[in-house]
Amino acid sequence: MDLRGLFKRPANELEKGGRTPAEATAADTFEVKRECPDCGRKIAEIDLPEMYYVCTCGHHFRMNARQRIDHICDEGSFTEMFSELETKDIINFPGYEKKLREARLSSGEEEAVICGTATVLGHKCAMFVMESLFMMGSMGTVVGERVTRLFEYATENGLPVVGFTVSGGARMQEGILSLMQMAKTSGAVKLHSDAGNFYLTVLTDPTTGGVTASFAMLGDVIMAEPGATVGFAGARVIEQTIRKKLPQGFQTAEFLLEHGFIDLITPRSEQKRVISTLLSMHEKKNGGDKA
Amino acid sequence: MSANTPYDKVMLARAKGRATAAEYISRIFTDFIELHGDRHFADDTAIVGGVAYLGDMPVTVISMEKGRDTKAKIYRNFGAPNPEGYNKALRLMRQAEKFSRPVVCFVDTAGAFCGLGAEERGQGRAIAQNLAEMITLKTPIVSVFIGEGGSGGALALACADEVWMMENAIYSVISPEGCASILWKDSKKVRAAAQSLRLTAQDMKKLQVAEKVIPEKGTFDACCRTMAKDLRAAFTARMALPKDELVRQRYERFRKYGAQIVPEDF
Repeated sequence: MDLRGLFKRPANELEKGGRTPAEATAADTFEVKRECPDCGRKIAEIDLPEMYYVCTCGHHFRMNARQRIDHICDEGSFTEMFSELETKDIINFPGYEKKLREARLSSGEEEAVICGTATVLGHKCAMFVMESLFMMGSMGTVVGERVTRLFEYATENGLPVVGFTVSGGARMQEGILSLMQMAKTSGAVKLHSDAGNFYLTVLTDPTTGGVTASFAMLGDVIMAEPGATVGFAGARVIEQTIRKKLPQGFQTAEFLLEHGFIDLITPRSEQKRVISTLLSMHEKKNGGDKA
Repeated sequence: MSANTPYDKVMLARAKGRATAAEYISRIFTDFIELHGDRHFADDTAIVGGVAYLGDMPVTVISMEKGRDTKAKIYRNFGAPNPEGYNKALRLMRQAEKFSRPVVCFVDTAGAFCGLGAEERGQGRAIAQNLAEMITLKTPIVSVFIGEGGSGGALALACADEVWMMENAIYSVISPEGCASILWKDSKKVRAAAQSLRLTAQDMKKLQVAEKVIPEKGTFDACCRTMAKDLRAAFTARMALPKDELVRQRYERFRKYGAQIVPEDF
């Protein structure tokens, strides 16, 4: 039995303003409140899961991958796949082993993406959900391999893929092999697409760099969460390059919608319904392509 | 030319006076006719594309052009493509597929351009599109790295059947400067970053990211003559493959980059 996801995960230290672990234990009591960066309202931490981590003003807090799976998938329908793939320090990058240990501790996961199959209001799909608490969802060889295997599995079984992205980009610590994952995953998405299968991406905060420039932007339908940062280059790098301040709202989901690069912005409360409707509309007759 | 450390190689790859794509094109091909524009928005001057003869074989040539002097560098945006450049490249690759012409790409960029307009016009999407389309393009592709191979911006012209690297060319997921400042918050650690990233042509060969390292010795003309001969041989072999098999092999080439590549001497 896979026990992962059954236990309470350590809270995201960053979102709480970088508390020490000792204080974080206290953060699990009902007294701890999180301040909304948009409206300033203080929300009890304990109430957030029920609110899908969305403030009453509409601000979407980050959500971890297991919470997202619980929120989107029908209860008990998610079956994890490819979790056996182990991350190795292939090019002997200084400090990588330590970073990995820290990432495993803070996220409770083995890597920055979780893959599997699930149903959403009864509609079956293959699903990947990236985890920001694991090295900011960066893509190394294992993330690339899991996503690729998921697409290959979905192609073989004529299944649609629903993918939630959150990523800082390709993972520096695996050097050029991280970059190769962009090509590998894009190839797998293309073969899945060429076989007539449906792919829906949900871009969540933040989706940037090598993930934006590969499987995140290759969906048949691209959905984003309100206010999510989505872009290729980091805003700071752009400011340094062009020596200008960037306009308000640059690289947000709303900015991408305005410029024609995403299909729709869907608040968390609506996602399950919209995703299941889209899956239903793209359902294959006769159970898929399998001859 | 000789280089001792990876950082020396980075300096050589970026060196003033290093041959840019235009110099390779004029020596390797004949009758090069430049074809402009992405048919959507603009013509990106950082990417030069067109048709030419490789001996008696018509080919499509797509290159990143950095420019030699200051004026040319500015005109070429220092070889940093905007989305239009990638879209133009893709248009020319599809054209090559239609007419069963092989594609030669010359890669030389610090990276895709980081600008306001580039983001507004979908830099990420443009690169993603090229990766997906190149993997299944039904005509042979060889990418030659002649200087800098900066991250996704370079990869968008390098989803090829074979990647060849000039001896002092580099290929990296991030610049050593970027790596040092993001990871170690210390721009002075750039030498250590260059070392840790494994970005030299020789590293690429070990990691099976490149099939060939081309020595930078003898005259440039002689080097280009050899490259022309090798390109013809590579294309002749691949043109003989059934198209599905060609695409299958290219997919497998990228499919293998997982945990199974474990070089022993790192």
